[in-house]
Amino acid sequence: MAAVTTSAERSLNKLAIVGVLIVTMIFLAPIYWIASTAFKPRNLATTIPPTVVFQPEISPFVKLFTKRSQLRTAPTPEQYAAAPWWERLVFDGGEKVVRSGRGEVQWSGYPSRFMNSLIVAITSTILAVGMGTFTAYGFSRFKIKGEQDLLFFILSTRMLPPVVVAIPMFLMYRAVGLNDTHWGLIILYTAFNLSFSVWLMKGFMDEIPKEYEEAALVDGYTRMEAFFKIVLPEAATGIAATAVFCFITAWNEYAFALIMTNRRAQTAPPFIPSQVGSGLPDWTVIAAGTFLFLLPVAIFTFLLRNHLLRGMSFGAIRK
Amino acid sequence: MATTMITTLDRSSRSAARGMSDLTIRNLFIIPTIVFLIVFNIFPLLYSLGYSFTDFRASSPAAANFVGLQNYRELLNDPFIWSNFAITAKYVIVSVVGQVVVGFGVALLLNRDIPLKGLLTTLLLLPMMLSMAVVGLFWKLLYDPSFGIINYTLGLGSFEWLSNPDMALYAVAITDIWMWSPFVMLLSLAGLSAVPKHLYEAAAIDRAGSFYTFFRITLPLVAPILMIAIIFRTMEAFKTFDLAYILTSQPTTEVISIRLYKMAFQEWQTGRSCALAYIVLIMILAITNIYVKYLNKVKER
Repeated sequence: MAAVTTSAERSLNKLAIVGVLIVTMIFLAPIYWIASTAFKPRNLATTIPPTVVFQPEISPFVKLFTKRSQLRTAPTPEQYAAAPWWERLVFDGGEKVVRSGRGEVQWSGYPSRFMNSLIVAITSTILAVGMGTFTAYGFSRFKIKGEQDLLFFILSTRMLPPVVVAIPMFLMYRAVGLNDTHWGLIILYTAFNLSFSVWLMKGFMDEIPKEYEEAALVDGYTRMEAFFKIVLPEAATGIAATAVFCFITAWNEYAFALIMTNRRAQTAPPFIPSQVGSGLPDWTVIAAGTFLFLLPVAIFTFLLRNHLLRGMSFGAIRK
Repeated sequence: MATTMITTLDRSSRSAARGMSDLTIRNLFIIPTIVFLIVFNIFPLLYSLGYSFTDFRASSPAAANFVGLQNYRELLNDPFIWSNFAITAKYVIVSVVGQVVVGFGVALLLNRDIPLKGLLTTLLLLPMMLSMAVVGLFWKLLYDPSFGIINYTLGLGSFEWLSNPDMALYAVAITDIWMWSPFVMLLSLAGLSAVPKHLYEAAAIDRAGSFYTFFRITLPLVAPILMIAIIFRTMEAFKTFDLAYILTSQPTTEVISIRLYKMAFQEWQTGRSCALAYIVLIMILAITNIYVKYLNKVKER
């Protein structure tokens, strides 16, 4: 390739680098704007021209986690001095933290929604990846009548639009009392991710040479022992990547959560938009909630970067 | 007959005699998943198939009456439903074409020796990993006519995006393009890097123009993977719900999933919405079938 590098080619390459940098900046701008708004004082969140340079504040996060009400009268100096540092930040914004009769700080709805998201996403991931790994091994190693049809069936369940599945599920859940429960969402997300996990894990299983297990079987291992002691350790990377994909899908899901939960088991995706009422929303608090919610996925994306291609194409295309 | 197709391993080996037979293990590994999917995906669909022939309303205690094909007949003759499908089709076209143009374009830029290529690619992939509903919500601020950074950056003054009926669908599509171009880019990059280098060298020796090289070498070889991306994104855009639902409430952005959601959970026309769900389902299955055929074709390559 070096032989054909001409000066025209080199300047073309430079142009491409500039192009890529500009595109990357445009693509990251919305994410940067979320992150920066999460650390702005409220009055700088919606200014014209937009505020780019500012003194970062932690107050949006304090407001995100606490229940607040409008201050009618300014706090007395004693009240202000007695308040902890984070409560002063809320006073500075012209609001006060709501406390119970016994003086306990009232939490906002956010922490419980965040916890719900964690519970539902982690449990459904463990179930989907667990079942998916066994099934993928079965498809990869044994001859199965109508294998292609079964795999198509498994994949097609993933392609169903959430709203289509949600209508009958809502009625069935209502009959058995699973509406607005963690298990209700966990079952839905497990079913949704299971097909994906089978397809992805089958790709990883196909890559583990059959000879490994055959050698173990000759050495007197049972098929089960060979699976647990030889195949599973070999598939560890694939299992981890599949788990992260399933976690992200469950974590991000919106439509099922909107329909199936309303308070007790509500996850963060339907909760965060419901905070934007009809009035002027406090975008710094929304940005803070969004920022915390996106953070795990952003970290996972970097950990997953070598598997993204395979995960996004159902394992059909490998790097 | 059954046992001969179970295993490719030597059945007379000692291990096969001990422990569970391969047939048992195969069933143990596969059947629970199939059963789970049937119970939680197929059974509900049969349940709603039943309701689609009734006038059932989940909000009222009245029993469901069998009405035959009336729901389907009325839906297929309802011009409003057809306009929802037309909106969906427009959305699919705008958003998928946008994603292919941007995604493939960026992939062409990235497919050379660029410093920090790995890092830049990962950063570019970030949008598609995020929650549509949560990030989509924040685009409301970006699109805001008076203090959104989009109008400020482009110098559009107080141009209305989301509250303008003619513009709202495009605004939703732009956000979708932002989120999903990286997907097309990722698949295109895989296709581009698989094009054998010697073909380009041969073309260079033959003094082929870059135009010729692109249309005769690059495009045909990337086409199968690009096709996967296009079918997959078409399917997803057809099902779109989150973004349009969060960003606007314009009638001009009421894609079919939103209509279905409103019919089922706001108007509580349960029977009728089950029928509409089936109409949508059949369309999705048709696209899925094409998608899987293509996947297998590319896999065999």
